[in-house]
Amino acid sequence: MTGAACVLVERPGMLTTVQDCGRHGWQHVGVVPSGAMDCGSLQLANALVGNSLDLAGLEITLRGPTLLFQGATLLALTGAQHDARLTLDGREMPCPLNRPVLLHAGDRLTIDQPRHGFRAYLAIAGGIDVTPLLGSRCTYLAAAMGGVEGRALKKGDSLPLAGDAYALAQARFDQLTRDSAPATGQRRSVRWSVAPRSLPCDEPTVVRCVDGHHRHLFTPEALAAFEAGSYRISPQSNRMGYRMLGARLERARPGDILSEPTALGTVQVPADGLPIVLMADHQTTGGYAKIAEVAAADIGRLAQLRPGQEVRFVRCTLPEARALAQAQHQALQVAVQAIRLKYNAPTAGH
Amino acid sequence: MQALGDAAVLIEFADHLDLSVNTRIQELAKAIRHRHMPWILDVVPALATLAVHVDPISLGFGDPIEPVRNLLTQCLDEGLTHTRSTRQVRIPICYETEFGLDLEDISQRTGLSVEEVVQRHQHSEFMVLMVGFAPGHPYLGGLAPSLSVPRRSAPRVKMPCGSVAIANAQCVVYPFEIPGGWSVVGRTPLRVFDASRRQPSLFEPGDQVRFERIDRGGFDALARKEGTQ
Repeated sequence: MTGAACVLVERPGMLTTVQDCGRHGWQHVGVVPSGAMDCGSLQLANALVGNSLDLAGLEITLRGPTLLFQGATLLALTGAQHDARLTLDGREMPCPLNRPVLLHAGDRLTIDQPRHGFRAYLAIAGGIDVTPLLGSRCTYLAAAMGGVEGRALKKGDSLPLAGDAYALAQARFDQLTRDSAPATGQRRSVRWSVAPRSLPCDEPTVVRCVDGHHRHLFTPEALAAFEAGSYRISPQSNRMGYRMLGARLERARPGDILSEPTALGTVQVPADGLPIVLMADHQTTGGYAKIAEVAAADIGRLAQLRPGQEVRFVRCTLPEARALAQAQHQALQVAVQAIRLKYNAPTAGH
Repeated sequence: MQALGDAAVLIEFADHLDLSVNTRIQELAKAIRHRHMPWILDVVPALATLAVHVDPISLGFGDPIEPVRNLLTQCLDEGLTHTRSTRQVRIPICYETEFGLDLEDISQRTGLSVEEVVQRHQHSEFMVLMVGFAPGHPYLGGLAPSLSVPRRSAPRVKMPCGSVAIANAQCVVYPFEIPGGWSVVGRTPLRVFDASRRQPSLFEPGDQVRFERIDRGGFDALARKEGTQ
């Protein structure tokens, strides 16, 4: 496929995967939605490059990749705060975050350790065009499904872009800059940016939860410990689940639980008493006691925490959890509308 | 019926496994799925429960319990008529010792001969109670009661792909090389899960399943055809 629009992966980073908003409709045959752990940040990145919000981008975990561009490419980096660097004609300059950036053939983007947050999202105008599987391009690592051969990026990969990605990049960037005074030198970005989403601001980070199906099986001491204490995120955490280190939670009534469906954010407690929060790649069913369910609105923030950081689970009601989700959705819509006005095309999309 | 977080509803039909209740759950799950409601993302039947995952945006961030309850009532009122067509799935299996890693062990635990274990497994009429744990990984009910053995104390780190295994009156088929603590009776050469197929999963909840014994030659021929070997 010579000539097809792509990006070369010179260095893959620690765990960089192609993700979108998830593969829905297959949980009855054991396929979890997967998708971006901090979906709001991916959606914001997509909006910044003029994409519809659910196109596939890169999820960059901790140490990021070095990418070599092969043609005009419009990208945006959101989520974790990186000191990302651009190399343009041998000159190095910082890559601005949370705004659209135009690169050309031969330019390089290097992303190292983030200063804050855990997962960064890179969207490219037109999206990353790997072959969709069961209606989604996202990578489900445990089943080696989707994305680039079902795995994390590796050195030498060529990431396929939309066929018209190069033309789209220039056209969209022209749309963004047509009213600006001519700049000296080659213009690479815009003068505005959007506020990042999901980044936790204090520790321990509050994670709000509604009651779980098996809450009544736990001792009053266990419930008090779960809600009063703080938990440290274990190094054994991954895209399937966040394992928590802290007070062990005992059940008043032990015994087997029949396997039942789980959800994104289910807090399950296995026999060792240490809670596990189920994340994007979780198993669709499970037989552990569910003490709580993390509010959907707080999943993105949890996904931005690293192993070693502390969280505090705070109980909330279902109406509160739904109101949080609604407020978060509205805040994203406001940001998206503001970006679309910059493009001067309220229905910009691909 | 209760919330499973703020974006799903869990309906509990029983607190224990009852095959007739499970059959009902499977019919209901299919009836709901066939309605293709835009606000429903996933319908997940399990052993004695059913989850409906919703899209909160489509529901205006309202309580999903009422719409799910209404939908359930409608489906039940219609008598689940269009879901009677239960799929009959026939799975070739090779019980030779190379594949039936635990046949000897099951024989010792049950006091049956290896051939009797094989016969009773092969003549069990199975039903897919749930697909979970991994993509395409079925939990089959209907195992001959005489074959009920507990889980092995030391799980295997990697179950060979296609292994058919039993424990606690159920039977599973491993779609990938994953860890497992069930006792292996044989192996199917079929590809249990393939996301590129139109029907990615060999097993779907509610299917009726029979195993058909094949010999090593038959296994190899099918495995070549399926590309599993």
